[in-house]
Amino acid sequence: MLLFLEQCLNGLQLGLMLFLLAAGLTLIFGIMDLVNLAHGSFYMIGAYFAATFTALTGDFILGAALAIAATVLVGMALEVIAIRRLYGRDHLDHVLGTFGLILFFNELVRLVWGPAGMNVPLPAWLNTHFTILPGVEYPTYRIAIILVTLLVALFMYVLVMRTRIGMLIRAGASNREMVGALGVNINLLYTLVFGLGTGLAGLAGLMQAPILTVQIGMGENILILAFVVIIIGGIGSIRGAFIAAILVGLVDTIGRGFLPDILSLLLPSRSASAISPALSSMLIYLMMAIVLVLRPQGLFPVSNK
Amino acid sequence: MTGLTPRNFIIAALLVILIVLPVYAGIAGKPFLITLFTRIIILAMAAVSLNLIMGYGGMVSFGHAIYIGIGGYVVGILAQEGFLSGFLQWPAALLVSGLFAAAIGALCLRTRGVYFIMITLAFAQLLYYVAVGLDRYGGDDGLTMYRRSEFVRPLNMSDKTQFYYVSLILLFGVMALIWKLINSRFGMVIQGSRSNDLRMQAIGFPTYRYRLVCFVIAGMICGLAGALLANHTEFVSPAMMHWTRSGDLIVMVVLGGMGSVVGPLIGAVALLVLEEALSGITEYWQIILGPMLLLVVLFARGGIDGLLAKVRL
Repeated sequence: MLLFLEQCLNGLQLGLMLFLLAAGLTLIFGIMDLVNLAHGSFYMIGAYFAATFTALTGDFILGAALAIAATVLVGMALEVIAIRRLYGRDHLDHVLGTFGLILFFNELVRLVWGPAGMNVPLPAWLNTHFTILPGVEYPTYRIAIILVTLLVALFMYVLVMRTRIGMLIRAGASNREMVGALGVNINLLYTLVFGLGTGLAGLAGLMQAPILTVQIGMGENILILAFVVIIIGGIGSIRGAFIAAILVGLVDTIGRGFLPDILSLLLPSRSASAISPALSSMLIYLMMAIVLVLRPQGLFPVSNK
Repeated sequence: MTGLTPRNFIIAALLVILIVLPVYAGIAGKPFLITLFTRIIILAMAAVSLNLIMGYGGMVSFGHAIYIGIGGYVVGILAQEGFLSGFLQWPAALLVSGLFAAAIGALCLRTRGVYFIMITLAFAQLLYYVAVGLDRYGGDDGLTMYRRSEFVRPLNMSDKTQFYYVSLILLFGVMALIWKLINSRFGMVIQGSRSNDLRMQAIGFPTYRYRLVCFVIAGMICGLAGALLANHTEFVSPAMMHWTRSGDLIVMVVLGGMGSVVGPLIGAVALLVLEEALSGITEYWQIILGPMLLLVVLFARGGIDGLLAKVRL
């Protein structure tokens, strides 16, 4: 039971992390109609910047803040130089162009930071355990991740639903020509939205950096998971991305945690231990297939596309 | 199309080069050229099959490399279990990749556009993890094939030159098949469905079934490429169906020219020769290749074949 609780928290944490990536992806798709495969590169770049800046400043929080700022700058620069020219093109062009960008960023990181992985040490005050229930300890840092992502989700909600910028973002998603005709600087709005998306990806990357090794290609597997999230949630819907991200996080973590035990009840233990790792990796893709059979547009389809 | 335009001249030259290459490699004492070009021919076959669904059918599959993996694994697993006859291995590779394509296509073709791109990617990832989980057949480390597929004498797959020509003949056969296919009634329905699916349905074509059959044919051709690739490298591993390989196939098709039968072949030759040349210049060759792809997307929409078609003497 305690283990179950811990796995639920791990799942929640993975889900919220996926939400940070999926929110950026779905925002960029919803507003600019851009399929951005290079989104995972910003996850990686955020983590590398965090490794560099925490080592330089000696302070995790300051390093993280600098890393986010640097990632957003790289993102907005990329938007102005290259991404802007892809708007209004075919989705296949987006796939190919941003696939080229993945190759570029992976090599650039190898050139700048070298092929070896990096580690980000946690400050002592985060590197402790927190007693959530009597007898149940959970790493403070993972709780901090959950709280920060929840705050970011709340911030996103307020930004998109309650501010003028958010109003423009929503208006741009429904009818970009009309927003432009009403005198809004669409180019600037797009650059800001792209910057926001890359900032969220960078935040996700730097928060994972102390848990995982910072390495080249780290953004790619999680990017595919984020795609699964936005397919399940309905492309363009931030609310759908939130719910689907938590669903995917929980199913994946709990599946990995408990599927071997469940299977060993049903099957001889040798075959159970042979198939359970593969089956638990497949679980979320199976979930996606089921969702698509029942609702081809995802759980929360955006109607006005 | 007819006459000696620069495009036809270059295509003819490319075909002649492919046909005489082993002779040249033998005379010049450069046997690695045969290995490189066998690989190019096999990947070109996969790209040609992707072009059938992507270029003519408008189905942008970002998971096409899994059929390379499936075809390769069928051959590898049968060889491991002691079934060495190519007459068993290759048809089995075709059959199994066709079955997988039918199942995946039946689900994916319910979606369109960007959903289709992402769901094919996700299914490819799913099967990639299945391959990683195949502990009995090497899992993540892959499976070495100690013997290539066996056919009746004098056909010997272990002979590099013979294997090159077998691959080349199969590639030409596949290209001829696709040429026939897209100019048939079936091909017209597929292309019509790409332009306007609703209208095709309105005039009475069950386009879902047509598109599914097209998807399965492409999967089977790609499975054949996988069977060849397994024989070529004498090794199968999950890396054969990694999602970046699917990305490479899309690059070949778009670089060469979508919706043209020879385009993907040109693209495969161009990409792989370019990779070989760039990696000779610098270890960080992808830093050059990446922006080049972006430039192709931005400025050369019809790919190399499209550019050639524009050149007039």
